[in-house]
Formats: sequence, structure tokens, C-alpha cells
Amino acid sequence: MTSVSSSSEFHHQHHFKSADHQYASSKQGIWLFLCTEILMFGGLFVGYLIYHSLYPTVFKNGSETLDWKMGAVNTVVLLISSFTMAAAINYVQRGLHKIAAIMLALTIACAGAFMVIKYFEYSHKFHVGTVPGKFSLVDPSCAAGGKRAECESKISALLKNPAELEKNHVSAEEVTRLKAVISQPKWEMFYGFYFVMTGLHGVHVVAGAFLIFWVFIKTLRRKVGPEYYTPVEGVGLFWHVVDLVWIYLFPLLYLVG
Amino acid sequence: MSSAQTKTEHGHTDHNYLNHGSGIWSWMTTLDHKRIGLMYFATVSTLFLIGGFFALGIRLHLAKFGATPLLEPDTYNKFMTFHGAIMVFMVIIPGIPAFLGNFVLPIQLGAKDVAFPRLNLASYYIFIAGAAIAASSMIFNQVDTGWTFYTPYSTAKTSNGVILLVLGAFTMGFSSILTGLNFIVTTHKLRAPGMTMDRIPLMIWALYSTSIIQILATPILAITLLLIGAEKTLGVGIFDPDLGGDPVLFQHFFWFYSHPAVYIMILPAMGVISELITAFSKKTIFGYRAIAYSSVAIAAVSFLVWGHHMFVSGQSTLAGLVFSIITMFVGVPTAIKLFNWISTMYRGTVTFEAPMLFALGFMFLFTIGGLTGVFLASTGMDVHFHDTYFVVAHFHYVMVGGTLMALMGGIFYWFPKMFGKMTSDLGGRISWVLIFTGFNVTFFPQFVLGAMGMPRRYFDYLPEYTNLNQISTVGSWLIGLGFLVGLITIIHGILKGEKASDNPWGAKTLEWQTSSPPPHENFTTTPTVTAGPYDFR
Ligand code: HEM
Ligand SMILES: [Cu+2]
Repeated sequence: MTSVSSSSEFHHQHHFKSADHQYASSKQGIWLFLCTEILMFGGLFVGYLIYHSLYPTVFKNGSETLDWKMGAVNTVVLLISSFTMAAAINYVQRGLHKIAAIMLALTIACAGAFMVIKYFEYSHKFHVGTVPGKFSLVDPSCAAGGKRAECESKISALLKNPAELEKNHVSAEEVTRLKAVISQPKWEMFYGFYFVMTGLHGVHVVAGAFLIFWVFIKTLRRKVGPEYYTPVEGVGLFWHVVDLVWIYLFPLLYLVG
Repeated sequence: MSSAQTKTEHGHTDHNYLNHGSGIWSWMTTLDHKRIGLMYFATVSTLFLIGGFFALGIRLHLAKFGATPLLEPDTYNKFMTFHGAIMVFMVIIPGIPAFLGNFVLPIQLGAKDVAFPRLNLASYYIFIAGAAIAASSMIFNQVDTGWTFYTPYSTAKTSNGVILLVLGAFTMGFSSILTGLNFIVTTHKLRAPGMTMDRIPLMIWALYSTSIIQILATPILAITLLLIGAEKTLGVGIFDPDLGGDPVLFQHFFWFYSHPAVYIMILPAMGVISELITAFSKKTIFGYRAIAYSSVAIAAVSFLVWGHHMFVSGQSTLAGLVFSIITMFVGVPTAIKLFNWISTMYRGTVTFEAPMLFALGFMFLFTIGGLTGVFLASTGMDVHFHDTYFVVAHFHYVMVGGTLMALMGGIFYWFPKMFGKMTSDLGGRISWVLIFTGFNVTFFPQFVLGAMGMPRRYFDYLPEYTNLNQISTVGSWLIGLGFLVGLITIIHGILKGEKASDNPWGAKTLEWQTSSPPPHENFTTTPTVTAGPYDFR
């Protein structure tokens, strides 16, 4: 899929010599942009590694409170979506618009499924109180400059209250894990990273879904096809990077204790 | 350059990019890189006036020590913050690449436009959006952290206005990345036939190296700024010692961008100077390759020296030593450029029109700025100078004395191409004299003040610093006056300037081979290049 023939339907922009020339330029631009995305996440990974080495137990205990099953399902969902995306590009290149559109729709559905699962994960964390620093405190005035050491966290308040535990579907096993977490000083650090990293990734998933929707419309209107498919391929590459980032996030957050 | 066949001998006023489409709407939706360049010009100039207002406010306040100050301490901190943030993120960083670069780069390459014209327009609006978000912090919740947003003050103590300023800077960073990306692809893919990489003008080499820094460094700033936002809204604690975070990590992240960023500010300026020196010496530039590759070398080294901003932050002695030594290496490619410019002038037919005066001003002031950088790079001396007015003087000598001088020189140099008219040379020269003198009167005393121990960013000082501070304040008004004269000269040029010929300076690069102002697609026929860019003699 390295070359495109300039057919009569598609006119390259005036400042390029040919459709091939335009395609090669666009592709270079997209790759450069993806480099910046990877560098941006790279900054977070560096921070994660530094704090992981500073507080290994915090990260181990924190990691054990995450639901690796949900993470694994989400990994599979994203892998499938990368496959459907790749298939969509292939079908657009071959001029099979209908099946391409179906593949794109499936990709968007996967993105939606990913976000729904993420929503369940997030909301459970908010219930039990494994949240970033500011929200972990029962007394909000503590976050605004009070002495943190003297403030009670949401988890410890919850753990004292069996009725609440039941209401929030917290199993006995989870109680042990939560207790292990708050036995460590600075335990909020892990959730700081968890929410920032998965949050930024989630924003990318949503942005990706919108972009895929955009090329989906283009496909339906037959604005892309064998002679011109740069937007589909570009969005596809972006989507693979979003997938790739998750492939790193999942073991780092959920599995490596 | 033997590509003169593109010249349109007759009526260049007939059809050009300025009258290609009329009305405000045709400008706001334009995809023409030349028009987008001029839109940046208008925007950046406006922001420069606002930043300058804060600067004069600061200096006026500091004219008097002790009682009855002009500004409340709190207001002073806000003035200082907005001055710094506006000048750095909205004036010096976008100034040359987004304005002059956008105008000149495609023409110098012999291209019809940048690779992604729509993206180019989008970058402009993203920049505007970022500037607006940042500016909204002036209305809702002013910021007093300084442009460096050091934690834990910015995250744990001060108001939430920081979120807006940081978000604005993030957005403008996005714009910067997209412009850099556009320039890299344009340089790789859209060169005219015969325009090999060793024939591209030095301005392009400079913009190309700058773009690489923009792409590699800006994402780190982006994540750093996002983390400040996350810290303020969620209290994640990554930089907050209370929660186990480390404020020094913030400094590492911040300077990992912001040191390379100083080369985003200065490399394009060096590109402008290379063009001016050869054009006004009427001589082939000396050591084309050395100047070209030294730009790339500076870009590379710039990523390895960020720790020199943190000598006194508690980093290890070894780290200090290593950063100190690597920092000194930056001097080598910089000196190469300087020597090559001087060699170019030697035995050249040098004339001293306004642009050349600014180029010489650049060389003089930047040398002082660079040499004092070496002082600061020596760990022992930095312990004494750190966070004093010595540092303030140092970075103003490079950023204002260097970059702004080059920007002014570049404006007067390319003005005839932009508008098809000449500026008054006398106006340009008066502006130069005022800015150059005013600049030295303002900032030279600050080296002395810093050496005497006056700390930076304080709203008041000891009585023994009074005289030098007053001299400095007087100088600041001279600078202000100089820019005012410059502005009047430019406006007068636009409205009433004499008609310019296609190549008023007798320069050799491609942009002078097309009409002034150029047609919508830059050339009537695509030029073919057969020789290097500065074929004088
Ligand atoms: C090329 C253009 C340059 C620019 C635009 C520039 C700009 C700056 C700025 C803005 C600061 C102050 C940062 C702050 O707010 O804390 C600074 C500090 C510093 N600069 Fe430069 N600089 C340049 C070149 C150099 C060179 C060539 C060197 C060394 C050879 C150098 C060494 C330093 C050092 C060591 C500091 C830290 C001083 C301290 O905070 O104690 N700079 N520079
Ligand atoms: Cu630096």
C-alpha cells in the first residue's frame, strides 16, 4: 500500500507535483505528529518509573487493588479495534466502501466499549476512595491546605462501615487489599499516576473515536477510495498509537506489582 | 542564483497575494502562507505591546525604592508573571518562525505553499485560542508565579488562575508543534527542482533545526503543564512533597523543554542574521556548511544541558559538574557562526541600511549575552549569580538583544517583499539607535546590580541599588520609544512607502527573484535552481 495511482476522480492539491507526492508528504506529517504523542506519554512514563522506584510497595499494593480482569478485557477490546481499523483501511484501498464502513463502525463500537468498562472501573474507585490525593480525603478542607496527616481518608472511613462496604460490592478480599494500601504512607501517589495516565489515554480514545467517525462519514460519502485514502490511513495510525500506549499502560499499572 | 526566469518584468501590482481576494473574510480563511505570516505579525505585535506595557510598569515601579511604590507587592508579582509569560510564550517563541518563517520559508524553497496549508491556518487559530485562554487569567484569576510556574508554590499555594495560564501555554505549544511539523515536511518534500539540501538558504537550515526542537521538546512541556493542571484540580501530588511528590522533578521536566526552547527563540534569529549579513556585505557567505550544521549541532546539544538551571536546587555535585561542562560546549557552534559572519563581512562591500544595523546590534548584544552565559554555566559562579539581576540581564541580552533585534532586522529586510513598498531607512535607523542605546542603558546596569547581590523578582530593594535601578528605568523608556518609532516607520511604510523593486537589496535567494509582493502562488513558473544560495562573488 505504498503507492497510489492518480485517477481522474481525485485531484491532488495545487502545490504538490502528484498524488503520490502529496501522499508521501501527508504520511511524513502524520508520523511526526505521532512522535510528539509518544514523547508526551513518555514524560508520564518517566515520572512513573521514578516514583515506582521511590515507593515500590505503594505501587505494588496499589496495583493489586486494580481489577486486572477488566483491564485485560479492555486490552482485548482495543486489540480487536486495531484489527478492524486495519481491515477498514484495506477495504477502502480496495474500494469496498460498505464493508469498510462496517469495520469503521465496529472500531467506534470498540472505543465505546472501552470507555464503558473504564467508566465502571472509575466509578468503583470513586466509591471506595482509591482516588487521587485531593478526593481521597473525607474532610475537603484538608485538601485546601489543612494538615493532611490529621485528615481521614475516604477508604478508612469506608472500611469502618460494614453496611457501606456491602452497598459498594466490596469483597472480603478487596478489604484486605484496601487495608494494605492505606497502611503505606503516600499511597495516593499510585492513584495520581493511575488517573492521570488512564485519563489522558481515555481522552485520546474519545478523540480517536471522533476521528474515526469523521472518516466513517467520508467513507459513506465515497470521499475516500482506492485513489485517495490518506485520512483513513492517518486516523488508523493514530488509533494504533492509542492502542500501543494502552498495551504499555496495562501491564505497568495492573500487572507489575 | 540563476533562476531569474521567474521574474515578472511588468506590473507587479497587477496581481499579487495581497489583492488576491479582498475583505476581512478572505484573510481570515486564507490558506496562503504569506498572509498567515502577516496575521501572525499583527497578532504578535499586539501581544508585544501588552507585554511591553507590563515591562514598563515593572521598571517604573522599580525606579523608586521603599515607601510609596507604584504597585502593590501582589500586583507587582502579577505584572512580572504576565510580562514574562507573554514575552516568552507569545512573542519570542512564535515571533520569527511563525511570522517571518511562514512568510519566507516556502518562497526560499521555491514552493507554492507549505506542505499543509490548512494545518497552517489551524495552527494560527490554535495560537489565538491559547493566547485567549492565557489572557483570560488576567480577568478571572491573576497569576503570580512567574513564567516558570515553579512548584510547590504554583500547585499548593497560589490561586487557580494558574490552570488557565498553563492551559493557554499548552494550547500554544500545540500550535508550535504543528508549525514545526509543517516546516519539516515542507523542507523535505517541497523544494524546487535543483534545490538540494546543501543549497537551501541558511534561514531554512535555522528554521529546520528549530522545528526539530519544537517537535522533540514541546511534548514534554505539554505533559508538564498538564500535570500542573492535574495537580491543581485533582491534587495528584506528583510535584507536591506533602503527598510524596518531588518539586525538583518539575524543574527537570520544565527545563528539559525550556532550555531547548531558548534555542527555539535564538536559532531562527541566527538564520535571519545569516541572510542579512551576506545580503548587506554583497559577498558569498563564509562557511555555508559550518553555519548550517552548527544549527543542527546547537539543536542537539540543547537537549543535554537543562540541569544548568538547577545548580542550586540540590542536585548532585556530579550532575552539576556534568551539566556545567556540556553547557560550555554550546559555545562552540555558536562561536562558529559568529566567526563566519565576521569573515563574511571582511572585505565585503558592507552597507549600513537599517536591517544591517540590527544585524550588527544582534552580534554585539548576543555576544555579551552568550559570554555571560558561560559565567553562569560555571557552577561556582552560578551559586553567587543565581536568581539575581545578573541572570535577568543575561537572558535579556540574548532574548531581546538577540532575538528581538533579529526580528526587527528581518522585518525591515523583508518588508519590501511583503508589501511591495519601502520603509523609510531614516525611520529604521532612528528606531535602531534608540533601541540599541536604550537596551544597553537598561540592562547593562543589571549585570552590576546582580553582581552586587540584588535578587530578581523582588518588588523592592536596598537603598544602595537605587541609582542603577533608576538608570535602568530611564533606559526602558528609550527602548519603548525606539519600538514606537519602529512601529510608526512600519505603518508609514505600509501606507505611504515608495514602491519597492523586486530586489531592492540585490540579494540572491529565491524570494528576491519573484515580484514584490509575490503572486498568490509565489512564482509564475516554478524556478529551477542551479547553484548555491549566495552566489555573489
Ligand atoms: C541562546 C540564547 C539564550 C537564551 C534565549 C537564554 C535564556 C535564558 C533565560 C530566559 C534564563 C533564565 C531562566 C529563568 O527564568 O530562570 C537563562 C538562564 C541561564 N542561562 Fe541562558 N540563554 C541563552 C544562552 C545561554 C548560553 C549560551 C549559556 C551558557 C553558555 C547560558 C547559560 C545559562 C545559565 C547557566 C542560566 C541559569 C542561571 C541561573 O538561573 O542561575 N544561556 N538563560
Ligand atoms: Cu538554559
